[in-house]
Amino acid sequence: MEYFVQQLVNGLTLGSIYGLIAIGYTMVYGIIGMINFAHGDVFMVGAFIALIVFLFLVTALAGAGVVVFLLIMMIVAMLLTSLYSWTIEKLAYRPLRGSFRLAPLITAIGMSIVLSNFVQVTQGPRNKPIPPMISTVYNVFGISISAKQIVIVLVTAVLLTLFWYIVNKTSLGRAQRACEQDRKMAALLGIDVDRTISITFIMGASLAAVAGTLYLMYYGVVVFSDGFVPGVKAFTAAVLGGIGSIPGAVLGGLLIGFIESMWSAYFSIDYKDVAAFSILAIVLIFLPSGILGRPEVEKV
Amino acid sequence: MAVPATTSEDQSLFAKAIREAIFAGAIAFGLFVLMIGIKTDQNIRNELVLVPRWGLLAVVVALVAAGRFMTVAYLQPYFAARKSTKAKAPVLPQSANSALFWKHWTKIAIGALILYPVVIVLLVGFQGSLKWVDNFGIQILIYVMLAWGLNIVVGLAGLLDLGYVAFYAVGAYSYALLGTEFGWSFWILLPAAGAMAALWGVVLGFPVLRLRGDYLAIVTLAFGEIIRLVLINWREVTNGTAGISGIPKVTFFGLFSFDVSSPRYIAKVFDIAQSGAYYKIFLYYLILALALLTAFVTVRLRRMPVGRAWEALREDEIACRSLGINTTTTKLTAFAIGAMFGGFAGSFFAARQGFVSPESFIFLESAIILAIVVLGGMGSLTGIAIAALVMIGGTEILRELEFLKVVFGEGFTPELYRMLLFGLAMVIVMLWKPRGFVGSREPTAYLFEQKAVSGSFTKEGHG
Repeated sequence: MEYFVQQLVNGLTLGSIYGLIAIGYTMVYGIIGMINFAHGDVFMVGAFIALIVFLFLVTALAGAGVVVFLLIMMIVAMLLTSLYSWTIEKLAYRPLRGSFRLAPLITAIGMSIVLSNFVQVTQGPRNKPIPPMISTVYNVFGISISAKQIVIVLVTAVLLTLFWYIVNKTSLGRAQRACEQDRKMAALLGIDVDRTISITFIMGASLAAVAGTLYLMYYGVVVFSDGFVPGVKAFTAAVLGGIGSIPGAVLGGLLIGFIESMWSAYFSIDYKDVAAFSILAIVLIFLPSGILGRPEVEKV
Repeated sequence: MAVPATTSEDQSLFAKAIREAIFAGAIAFGLFVLMIGIKTDQNIRNELVLVPRWGLLAVVVALVAAGRFMTVAYLQPYFAARKSTKAKAPVLPQSANSALFWKHWTKIAIGALILYPVVIVLLVGFQGSLKWVDNFGIQILIYVMLAWGLNIVVGLAGLLDLGYVAFYAVGAYSYALLGTEFGWSFWILLPAAGAMAALWGVVLGFPVLRLRGDYLAIVTLAFGEIIRLVLINWREVTNGTAGISGIPKVTFFGLFSFDVSSPRYIAKVFDIAQSGAYYKIFLYYLILALALLTAFVTVRLRRMPVGRAWEALREDEIACRSLGINTTTTKLTAFAIGAMFGGFAGSFFAARQGFVSPESFIFLESAIILAIVVLGGMGSLTGIAIAALVMIGGTEILRELEFLKVVFGEGFTPELYRMLLFGLAMVIVMLWKPRGFVGSREPTAYLFEQKAVSGSFTKEGHG
């Protein structure tokens, strides 16, 4: 039982990171109906920016606490990563809006290749390890919970609350939901659709940057090719939860996290990704539009 | 421009260009300040340290700002002027000479492809031809064949498949395992690998029949990843990441072989000098034949009921069903036939390399093949061949650019920038021609006469 709860905690941590990335996929999909393949690499860029800021802080602000470190890392990563996402949207996706569906998909794949190779060229192909930032481990009823895990779950919870508030209670969120339902009608009613879409990209990228910072803190290492696997898992999470639905993305992220940690604990660690992808396929066979997704109604 | 621009217009354009340039420079500074301005390096104690590169950062930011200035001040007015003159100019009738060329150009192109190794050998000799026939000829033709195979699924049936490389892997591993275990010949294993891949196409196709659009895309992507992960982890059979080596070479229908130790080695049979180039040239003709077979089958299938059903499915699935077309079998045949050509290409790949490992079947390969199909203009065989030539040939040429070392210094390696430029080219070509290189289609069903229509009239499918 303790072993099971331990895996539950590990799964929750992993799922939080996936969930944060998945929101970026699902929001962009909801508003412009495209798979933003570059999002996984935007997450990797976020982790790299956090890494550089961390190394800078170690020399410049050696005495400051871990909380200050994390806060500065997150804020800088959020700002600069959003700038990346904003630029990508403006250069590669906006000119193709209203073009056919596969064109932005291909530019997104192209941008994903560009981002990972750009980081490889500028920062080198090696693994980038950092010394552990937090090493405290608490023991609660025989379950070891590390302080890192608590930080990850707490940060995710705070951000999701903030995010929920923005989407549901502010005029910006209302504009986003309006664009999601009917872009043309929203434009007729005076909503600046291009601006709303840009802000959606920025919000998704900020969450991915936080996920990148947390990933760096949790694993203590990052490499230029790290964008792909978490990106595909997060996208799987978004589809599993029903793409376009924000609670679905979080739920999907947590599910993928649980499946992975349970599978590696009870079966084989080699096949954990196979398990996650197989469960995606099985869920989609029975629920073709995901767990919380709205079924697409086609009018003739 | 017809109307001479006044000085005030010039000035405002200039001021706008300067403003835009400063803005672009600021954005570039924000993007690159940490990623280019600072490099993370390992010191002797294996700790990461930061090495500033402010000079490089300044150069990059200045280049971006200058580029933006040139675009706004000169390029955009130039293109606007050209567009307005082009709109006014009457459409020139095509000269008879070029019309004759365009009428027979498929034959001309195939003839050129058949003559290509001969010309290369005459120009640079047998040893020098290795690089040109292998790196350019065979490499590009493999991608042409793969893209033509995927075109059946994506371009004709309109089913978005992001895991096509899985079938390529199935074909390659079928040939590698059966060839090394039982020593069967390539000519038996080629159809076997194709059948195996087609079987997997149906296995994948069956559960995803109900899925549409991006749900289908992610499941096919997941399937591709599952195949790759199984190849990595099923070590007893696939030898894991180390891969399978010692795959037998293709023989010329058993008449003579390209294996130096064999008694029927080609140089012994014909009593000529030994060279590795014979095998490469033979492989070139083999992949050319396989690719042309793919094209021929595609062209013929489009005129058969099943091909028409694929295209009908792409245009409108509901109309298709109400007209009594069985969408299940239509989708499954598309998956199976597309996968079969992937399997053929895979077994050729294994025979060419003599070695297969899961490294060759990553998602990036699927993405490249899909990009070629879309960049070529989905459904157009010519466009796809041009796209493969441009994208794969372009990246191969980058390996050859030794003279850049003179410009950027000895430490410069063009290979490092290969995939970066590949990605950029993908984005730029797509922005420049969103409908692909060939923007016209030839409908298979018509009322009076067959004529090409714009690609924007064809749908891309929901599936």
